[in-house]
Amino acid sequence: MSQDREPLFSSKNLKLLREPLDDSNPITVQVLGICSALAITVKLEPSVVMALSVVFVMGVSNVVVSLLRAKIPPRIRIIVQLTVIASLVILVDEFLAAFAYEVSKQLSVFVGLIITNCIIMGRLEAFALANKPWPSFLDGIGNAAGYGLILVIVGFVRELFGSGTIYGYQVVPEQAYTAGYENNGLFILPPMALVTVGIIIWVQRYRNRKLIEEQQS
Amino acid sequence: MSALRRYIDHIKPHFQKGGKFEKLESTFEAFETFLFVPDQVTTQGSHIRDAMDMKRTMSLVVMSLIPALLFGMWNVGYQHYLATGEMGAGVTTLDLFWEGFKLVLPIIVVSYVTGLAIEFTFAQIRREEVNEGFLVSGMLIPLVLPVDVPLWMVAVATAFAVIIGKEVFGGTGMNILNPALLARAFLFFAYPAYMSGNQVWTHGLMEGKGIVDGFSGATPLAQAAEGNVGQMPPASDMFFGFIPGSIGATSTLAVLIGALILLYTGAGSWRIMLSTFVGGLVMGLILNAFAVNPFMEIPAWQHLVMGGFAFGAVFMATDPVSAARSRRGKYIYGFLIGLLAILIRVVNPAYPEGIMLAILLMNVFAPLIDHYVVESNINKRLKRANLQAA
Repeated sequence: MSQDREPLFSSKNLKLLREPLDDSNPITVQVLGICSALAITVKLEPSVVMALSVVFVMGVSNVVVSLLRAKIPPRIRIIVQLTVIASLVILVDEFLAAFAYEVSKQLSVFVGLIITNCIIMGRLEAFALANKPWPSFLDGIGNAAGYGLILVIVGFVRELFGSGTIYGYQVVPEQAYTAGYENNGLFILPPMALVTVGIIIWVQRYRNRKLIEEQQS
Repeated sequence: MSALRRYIDHIKPHFQKGGKFEKLESTFEAFETFLFVPDQVTTQGSHIRDAMDMKRTMSLVVMSLIPALLFGMWNVGYQHYLATGEMGAGVTTLDLFWEGFKLVLPIIVVSYVTGLAIEFTFAQIRREEVNEGFLVSGMLIPLVLPVDVPLWMVAVATAFAVIIGKEVFGGTGMNILNPALLARAFLFFAYPAYMSGNQVWTHGLMEGKGIVDGFSGATPLAQAAEGNVGQMPPASDMFFGFIPGSIGATSTLAVLIGALILLYTGAGSWRIMLSTFVGGLVMGLILNAFAVNPFMEIPAWQHLVMGGFAFGAVFMATDPVSAARSRRGKYIYGFLIGLLAILIRVVNPAYPEGIMLAILLMNVFAPLIDHYVVESNINKRLKRANLQAA
């Protein structure tokens, strides 16, 4: 160890945490993990639980794979990564079934399908295999948080307009319903989640001009 | 008229670059060209700029919608009086029309105000000319809705259709889906209680006031879907439009008058209209051949006068922006619309009318159809060229 130890929260490390929230957001910029974002965001609660599960799985799997990175033979690395992710996902699944049964029933297969979430696999391949555990951990947490952020926004919008509630509590007053207001059934259906994600991308690009691609002539 | 022209010329400098209301230039331009034929000429080359611009094409389409609109207003009143049993000797045609007029006008106003406000706002922000596409959409939206739809829903649906269906793709001429149909599809999925069932098509039925016995309010399609083919009104009623249904889409006759105007002025494509009707007829015949229930036994030609099929075929499928553009593509596009519309209508009980979904689906496929039509043409000509070279 001849060189100085890098501080835990150096600007480089913080960037790993911050960048996936906006500039390289897994959903709105890299367009990964769309299927689960459409499937489980009808209500806010499953969205939050899903986001937390993915944060856990991604943070831990990135650290594990990063620790093993010198030992994993390149030819079977995908299998090793899958094993790590799958074990963690089973942990999450069992935990939810034991302590949050209702939510676990709502999420149904989509907890199991975290295994196939391209974001996790992508970060393991692109980052954890080539970096030390601590940056890998931050990268995993950051990307999962970027994913979760979009999930929560979409879940919030869909629950508000689709069911008139937020996190299960009614927020649209009863008077509005008697005055003729109706919950929008389209927000319950997955197509509206796609439209919502599209609107988020629109707003994000309006604020963050460097995300706009060069015009090809 | 010349006083108006003088006034416009007088205020024009304020809206040009450097003027007080520079930001509102496109708004001014929109009103100027709405009132007068544009005087722009090309400055180079031998291009001829036709004074028959998009605004005038759109006006023609709106004109062709007027028979359906007037009949629709009358029919709204007629159905309402039938339902309440007030149809006596003293009730004149004008009474019926006035009743419908009072109910339909607010929907039209809401649709136009919402849509145009959004169009103008986007045009100012983007510093583009205001496009005229909404003149037609704004009239189509009320015509395909049930009469008792709450006005705020009309506003929400119009806003959704214009912003998500059109502006995000770049405005008029860039949209993939027909905006008016998108508005209807939005309402259909968002507020099904107000868009389907037997209660929504006649004014007053949802509140249930003063309804005579035996009036169900069911559309012929709903009766057919329930297997009560015998209770369907005679085909002549469905052709003339004396049936409950969307405001402007019940009368096949009124739609055909509109179609004649469109075809005579060249604003609509006869290829699409013809192939849509042929497609519907073919599917009807296929269903007849394999009929297992009364709905499938309905004569194929009768499908063409039921529900909104004719309206969709004439006014929605022919939308030049979202339809296929190549000549052969138009035949394929129209034929598949007709085919799918009748198939959805008869086979899927969740969707009593299939023409809306059929057109939206084929809107999505239109670019693909065009692509393969062009490809096949290129291949054909390549083959010919290679043959000569060899």
